[in-house]
Amino acid sequence: MKVLVPVKRVVDYNVKVRVKSDGTGVDIANVKMSINPFDEIAVEEAVRLKEKGVVTEVIAVSCGVTQCQETLRYAMAIGADRAILVETAADAELQPLAVAKLLKALVDKEQPQMVILGKQAIDDDCNQTGQMLAALTGMPQGTFASKVEVVEGKVNVTREVDGGLETVSLSLPAVVTTDLRLNEPRYVTLPNIMKAKKKQLDVVKPADLGVDVTPRIKTLSVAEPAKRGAGIKVPDVATLVSKLKTEAKVI
Amino acid sequence: MTSLVIAEHDNTSLKGATHHTVTAAAALGGEVHLLVVGSNAAGVAAAAAKITGVTKVLHADGAQFAEGLAENVAAQVIAIAKDYSHLLFPATAAGKNVAPRVAALLDVAQVSDITKVISPDTFERPIYAGNAIATVQSLDAVKVITVRTTGFDSAAEGGSASVETLTAAADSGKSSFVGREVTKSDRPELTAAKIIVSGGRAMGSSDKFNEVLTPLADKLGAALGASRAAVDAGYAPNDWQVGQTGKIVAPQLYIAAGISGAIQHLAGMKDSKVIVAINKDPEAPIFSVADYGLEADLFTAVPELVKAL
Repeated sequence: MKVLVPVKRVVDYNVKVRVKSDGTGVDIANVKMSINPFDEIAVEEAVRLKEKGVVTEVIAVSCGVTQCQETLRYAMAIGADRAILVETAADAELQPLAVAKLLKALVDKEQPQMVILGKQAIDDDCNQTGQMLAALTGMPQGTFASKVEVVEGKVNVTREVDGGLETVSLSLPAVVTTDLRLNEPRYVTLPNIMKAKKKQLDVVKPADLGVDVTPRIKTLSVAEPAKRGAGIKVPDVATLVSKLKTEAKVI
Repeated sequence: MTSLVIAEHDNTSLKGATHHTVTAAAALGGEVHLLVVGSNAAGVAAAAAKITGVTKVLHADGAQFAEGLAENVAAQVIAIAKDYSHLLFPATAAGKNVAPRVAALLDVAQVSDITKVISPDTFERPIYAGNAIATVQSLDAVKVITVRTTGFDSAAEGGSASVETLTAAADSGKSSFVGREVTKSDRPELTAAKIIVSGGRAMGSSDKFNEVLTPLADKLGAALGASRAAVDAGYAPNDWQVGQTGKIVAPQLYIAAGISGAIQHLAGMKDSKVIVAINKDPEAPIFSVADYGLEADLFTAVPELVKAL
């Protein structure tokens, strides 16, 4: 079966972002960008399913600016077979609902049996796109997956929920979103990076897919979070206990 | 303008997250209704009716809702969504699972993890692992929102709302429940605990984790938490994970033992009232947010702390 894996280009998770002084957003000019870590896990899972013989083709998809091609090449270096970029203007803001609609259009065209997404992107921290895509396509959803097993036309997804794990069985086609513990993504090797350069990468525009990507949520301002007051270092356990009892009064 | 809060429960008891979400709904200014979707959950609906500020409880009961499958719960919410201006879910695993599905079916955007209500259409929410706070305005007619429970106080008990029974939405037939593995714990729930004792990679092993931190947690009546490193190494179960991708907590006292303080971890706990860091690395970033830092080996400091309490 065919699997579609949406990937997002985000600020690298090691970068400490700075809020712009005019409050219009965070400063991402000249900041290192990478594949969203949850999406890397999604690609890895799709490639592992292919290696097990369950999946025949893995298609990576990204929505955004031209540079998202790098993210798609990275996905292909992990093992995706081909890629599609839905290219938007540099100043266009894409929100989860718009991305879900773009992905739905691609699902209609490509007819995958499974779509594997990351559970959330580490920039907007939304945790919405997978669920929205499932709703729009009428597919069942297995969110926050820590284990995925395809058995007899269904997919069993073990999900990380508050208080433990739960397993659901979904009829195919289905949407799965990955949690951190689903797998350990492989390192991409130089030969695979070279091979990925030769793989097919198609570019389409939102208009070609007939999707209106106008944002529905307006960002009015972005501010620094409140700073914590400077703390103190205590020399020993006794001082710590007395400070907690008399100064902070929390125990 | 009427808001609908979707209750979080396990068919026998109402979860605390619901109370926090009701407070956020009340801040919007209109009437607050509460929806209980479950199986044999009449007790939950009765408990929900007692939350102060709730004027009506809607109860949909059916075997297809027993395990809270997103497909079935979303269908039930959609069935009554047209009567409401705001739909609010707690930002828990269950809420995050269902809310975006509901939003997409209504063709509206969803606002995730709000920490503050500024006006009925404007909210604050953290982005970039809590390193920035965005003020956002929803332009849609219906606002679908998930509420970060640590951002709002818990609503009090003492109300007496009426309970109305709804016709249950049909089973989607596309998903089914297979099983559940619950982490057993007699401790307070992590997100509701007043005190949290949390361990990191420096604990070294699962045995050490329990041996060193359990007595301290017992002494303080605290919940146990962990950093991602400790969870990935198998020292602690993954539902103990505090951070951007785990639980967001804001207790009175957070004790971080052997946790360096990566930004993803800080995103989950930096709203705690008092933070104590015990770490032998003086350069650990955790010291920059800690109110009290103790530079020491946790394997000697923590037992000493237990004795001193």
